[in-house]
Amino acid sequence: MLDITYTTPKPKVIQGAQSEWELVIGMEVHAQVATQAKLFSGASTQFGAEPNANVAFVDAGMPGMLPVINEECVAQAVRTGLGLKAEINLHSAFDRKNYFYPDLPQGYQISQLYHPIVGEGEVLVEMGADTSGQPMARTVRIERIHLEQDAGKSIHDMDPHMSFVDLNRTGVALMEIVSRPDIRGPEEAAAYVVKLRQILRYLGTCDGNMQNGNLRADVNVSVCRPGQYEKYQETQDFSHLGTRCEIKNMNSMRFIQMAIDYEARRQIAILEDGGSIDQETRLYDPDKNETRSMRSKEEAHDYRYFPCPDLLPLEIEQGWVDDIAENLPELPDALKGRLMALGLTDYDASVLTAEKENADYFLAVADGRDAKLAANWVINELFGRLKTDDHAITDSPISAQQLGGIIDLIKADTISGKIAKELFEIVYTEGGTPAEIVEARGMKQVTDTGAIEAALDEIIAANPAQVEKAKENPKLAGWFVGQVMKATGGKANPKAVNQLVAQKLKG
Amino acid sequence: MSIDTETARRVAKLARIAVEEDRLPALAEEFNAILGFIEQLQEVDVEGVEPMVSVTPMRLPRREDAVTDGNQQDKVLSNAPDAREGFFAVPKVVE
Repeated sequence: MLDITYTTPKPKVIQGAQSEWELVIGMEVHAQVATQAKLFSGASTQFGAEPNANVAFVDAGMPGMLPVINEECVAQAVRTGLGLKAEINLHSAFDRKNYFYPDLPQGYQISQLYHPIVGEGEVLVEMGADTSGQPMARTVRIERIHLEQDAGKSIHDMDPHMSFVDLNRTGVALMEIVSRPDIRGPEEAAAYVVKLRQILRYLGTCDGNMQNGNLRADVNVSVCRPGQYEKYQETQDFSHLGTRCEIKNMNSMRFIQMAIDYEARRQIAILEDGGSIDQETRLYDPDKNETRSMRSKEEAHDYRYFPCPDLLPLEIEQGWVDDIAENLPELPDALKGRLMALGLTDYDASVLTAEKENADYFLAVADGRDAKLAANWVINELFGRLKTDDHAITDSPISAQQLGGIIDLIKADTISGKIAKELFEIVYTEGGTPAEIVEARGMKQVTDTGAIEAALDEIIAANPAQVEKAKENPKLAGWFVGQVMKATGGKANPKAVNQLVAQKLKG
Repeated sequence: MSIDTETARRVAKLARIAVEEDRLPALAEEFNAILGFIEQLQEVDVEGVEPMVSVTPMRLPRREDAVTDGNQQDKVLSNAPDAREGFFAVPKVVE
């Protein structure tokens, strides 16, 4: 593995009417735990089922029903904690968060306020490169992760007077991942969610499908004058920072950035007018690109938490945690370091590791082969082609094994790079084994210098004027190379052709 | 700490319990009596004593991650005052 040194990115500065302001952002990401069944019932977590089909009586809040915890949800939370280099709390406990809403039949959400299962950890958020080309990254501290139940879903547009409630999501396990206010701009906030999603998907603890809402973020935004944030970091005293507002329930990277930018400017305008910020919950409206106060939530903020009397504390054993740690999959940072140690650039390694499926595919192609060559083919040829056809890598018409076969033929000098592209196209559209196709269709590269020389001699003989020009201006030699390639149907070994052309034109 | 009528009204509202205006002072008094008792309990020195959560030493029971329940839409909806197309139908709630 390669250790990469990063510089710290600069915080986003917004120029107000009077002075400069900096942003301070903390996030609460709700990640749906990838399991078959719910946190406290045996109902399915499957997305897209018939309304109210995945509902046990526990989820419906029926009297007398008792929650029984799904052990895999606990394991997934521990796995996530380990993946974020966090402390695992062998003792944690569940509390009730009380509020009334039609999609919350129990009248409370079972959560972990006082004793979360995961404590402090961190996420390294890469932010591209600075002007000198040095990679930049921010380390965002994680405060805690707790397990809790998701609520149901209300649909408001099916009837003018009624809201329709579906409890399929009710009781599905969520991990709430709470960061410290270490994020310093809209782009960093989006990059943080991207990185978190990437880690969760590598761990297999959350599908990270934002459209289906299985990764959602609440964003806490405040603004401060330059210099104040450093004082906060020195003392961890929040009084150095501005009052924050919380923007609820964001599930798009683009909207997260737009909402933060809008909210920061709203706060700056108020402060520069001599006003003060009320700590409140706000909602982002993408149609109007603005945030507005959720007044109705204000009273509900008195949640009257208390320990859940239906559940004993959750005690887990160190040995069990160690087992999970031992079987933890390779994480994106480690994999990226490994790819860079194989000679890939920071950029290529980032592209290949961004999505787990891409990384898996690349590793299969590169297995036992030249990693750089494999990276070029996967990134430039395959990704480009898949994008054109709107295919996911998992539906790639060309398998890793087939692409590997093409690369083997290039490496063995059996085919030229140009022919390889044609071969790629054939395998991509028709399928088949690359080596057999090359054999059957006579695509092998001509390395026999005798044959190349014969072709070249013919061309030289037929174009005496061109020969004279090329002798004066060696740059024109390319024309002969092109003619030879044409004459041999692109199968001549380019290296051999170049050498021969240079030789002949000199003499 | 003392609970006044206003706090009693707020707590009742948060719990969605309808309390007639003339019942509020008595409710506040009941709260105060309970809190008084708690205050008395808090005089006991429990320094270094683990909070007891269960009378019998039991491990939190776990279930396996398997789908064993659900697919009973009709039963789930059977007590709903209004249900349409498989959904609970409730008076419009929208932010």
